Amino acid sequence: MSIRLENIAKHFGNTQALEPVNLDICEGELVGLLGPSGSGKTTLLRIIAGLESADRTSQPSRIMFGERDVTQVHVRDRRIGFVFQHYALFRHMSVYDNVAFGLTVMPKKERPSNGEIRARVFRLLEMVKLEHLAKRYPAQLSGGQQQRVSLARALAVKPDVLLLDEPFGALDAKVRQDLRRWLRRLHSELNFTSVFVTHDQEEALELSDRVVVMSNGRIEQIDAPDTLYHSPKNRFVFEFLGDVNHLEGSVNNGVLTCGDAYLHVDLSNGPEELLLRPHEVRLAEQASDTCHLPVVVTAISPVGAEVRVELEADWLAKPWLATVRHADFERLAMKRGQRLFAHPRQWHRFEEEPQNTARQTRAA
Amino acid sequence: MNQRALRLTGSTRVLPGFGLSMGISVLFISLVLLLPITGLFGQLADLSLAQYWAIITEGRVVASYMVTIGAAAVAALINAVFGLLLAWVLVRYEFPGKRLLDALMDLPFALPTAVAGITLATLYAGNGWMGKLLEPLGFQVAYTWVGIALAMAFTSIPFVVRTVQPVLEDLPAEVDEAAMSLGATDAVAFRRVIMPHLWPALVTGTGLAFVRSLGEFGAIIFIAGNMPYETEITALMIFVKLQEYDYAGASAIASVVLFVSLALLLAINIWQGRFVRRLHGGKG
Repeated sequence: MSIRLENIAKHFGNTQALEPVNLDICEGELVGLLGPSGSGKTTLLRIIAGLESADRTSQPSRIMFGERDVTQVHVRDRRIGFVFQHYALFRHMSVYDNVAFGLTVMPKKERPSNGEIRARVFRLLEMVKLEHLAKRYPAQLSGGQQQRVSLARALAVKPDVLLLDEPFGALDAKVRQDLRRWLRRLHSELNFTSVFVTHDQEEALELSDRVVVMSNGRIEQIDAPDTLYHSPKNRFVFEFLGDVNHLEGSVNNGVLTCGDAYLHVDLSNGPEELLLRPHEVRLAEQASDTCHLPVVVTAISPVGAEVRVELEADWLAKPWLATVRHADFERLAMKRGQRLFAHPRQWHRFEEEPQNTARQTRAA
Repeated sequence: MNQRALRLTGSTRVLPGFGLSMGISVLFISLVLLLPITGLFGQLADLSLAQYWAIITEGRVVASYMVTIGAAAVAALINAVFGLLLAWVLVRYEFPGKRLLDALMDLPFALPTAVAGITLATLYAGNGWMGKLLEPLGFQVAYTWVGIALAMAFTSIPFVVRTVQPVLEDLPAEVDEAAMSLGATDAVAFRRVIMPHLWPALVTGTGLAFVRSLGEFGAIIFIAGNMPYETEITALMIFVKLQEYDYAGASAIASVVLFVSLALLLAINIWQGRFVRRLHGGKG
């Protein structure tokens, strides 16, 4: 079922939680709403669910599920499944009763027979690999298991859309990774339309078909994960999607200077701020004629495919983060306190004016 | 070495002061709770079993049991309904004056019960504000058992509100939202999702309110009318015996109230323990 939002706004008291927002979600899509806390992503999800209502504004707002206008439809009649961050399981009911709940509260004439309910609940429990725990109570399950029960419970009523509010937020890293993979697989098997909220950019990029990046109640960009990462529309999106190093200084005759550091750039005179991803910083023992960025290694984390190195210098307001291949790391014999020179492989800059979101990426 | 020495002396408790705090607690309970009860039973020793039985089954006393238990039950049920509602309003909604209403809930505890009794009696007497309104409608409150129930409800309402309130606060709104997103109507969500959580607290609160009402004296005595066989409460019977210097008789009747109250409290505790174990996954 496709979802179409038209002109959805929301305020709480004096704060505008959501500026008027338009959004189209295609049938069968898995869409991530990504943003920092307070960006309006959860509010938007709750409005789609019908747990909050959108403001009445001068322009009419509408929520469409396929051809069905659900703007005025109560949450219980919207045919959605909602998964809460803290599971919201019914603690006094067994796992089986939790999953069966949506079926047992149906009006008498629509309600499946007890045998059918039983079959469907066990099919769902099998799908979430919890059939052996049907008789347990939620308090006897781990966080990951509880979240799977909550998912099975939401899917039991065959919702048109599945909405997940930070579904993995309360779980530890390993379980989170497993559940993500498992949700992705479930989604491609059952092919329902789903929207999930997250503040974790990695989660959003890994899971979603498309990501909606939000900040301050506005949608900043809607794109597929790779497009989003490689061509962010503005500085907020760029900064939110990964670690960023800042190089601030003033340009004079094609040279950006900042304390005793300088870098040749082909920009016009004036103050500038350049942005670099950690993998765009190369480290060497020498400076070059066009680039003199002395740094000191302050922390080294050799975990993973690359070594993460933290760099500090008196011309830097905030420490830089660089990722170095293990081979380079060994060649330079890096250790804490070592003096090196940073060389940008490439850098990015965004115009300050919010209207003009021109972005430049230059190889250095 | 040091740790081992510690373990050998048996001081392995991390939290200090168990001996001292437990000792003081036991002393305090003995002085304030157990000593008076022992005194009560001491008085009973003057009676033979036949005498005891005669005192506690005397017609006027039995009538007072009926009045007290009946009125206390009605008061407890009224408090169960309205106390639940009040707790719900105080927890789930935001409104101006919420703090004031919350503080007001404790007023029956703070107010001397005799003051409450006199106030209620004045209000509901035939020439009082409420009495003037109700009596022409053929509804007499003061000096009937309705008045007794009213006074009991007044003094015991905080028990229900204050036991239900924290449990309700502990129940996230997400749980109702989850029920509704699964298609449950408000009534079904309330009955199948919210009430099961509140039952233990509600029953405990109602039980406490009931037991409190059984023993209430000051608030009731002014509004009850105290007609033998009709509006006399058990606490008054005890008082009457005391005025006749019949200490043994007073203790005998008091022991009945005590046994009923204790049995009820114990039953509630056992039942609640069983329920709570299930919520916490059978681990206690």
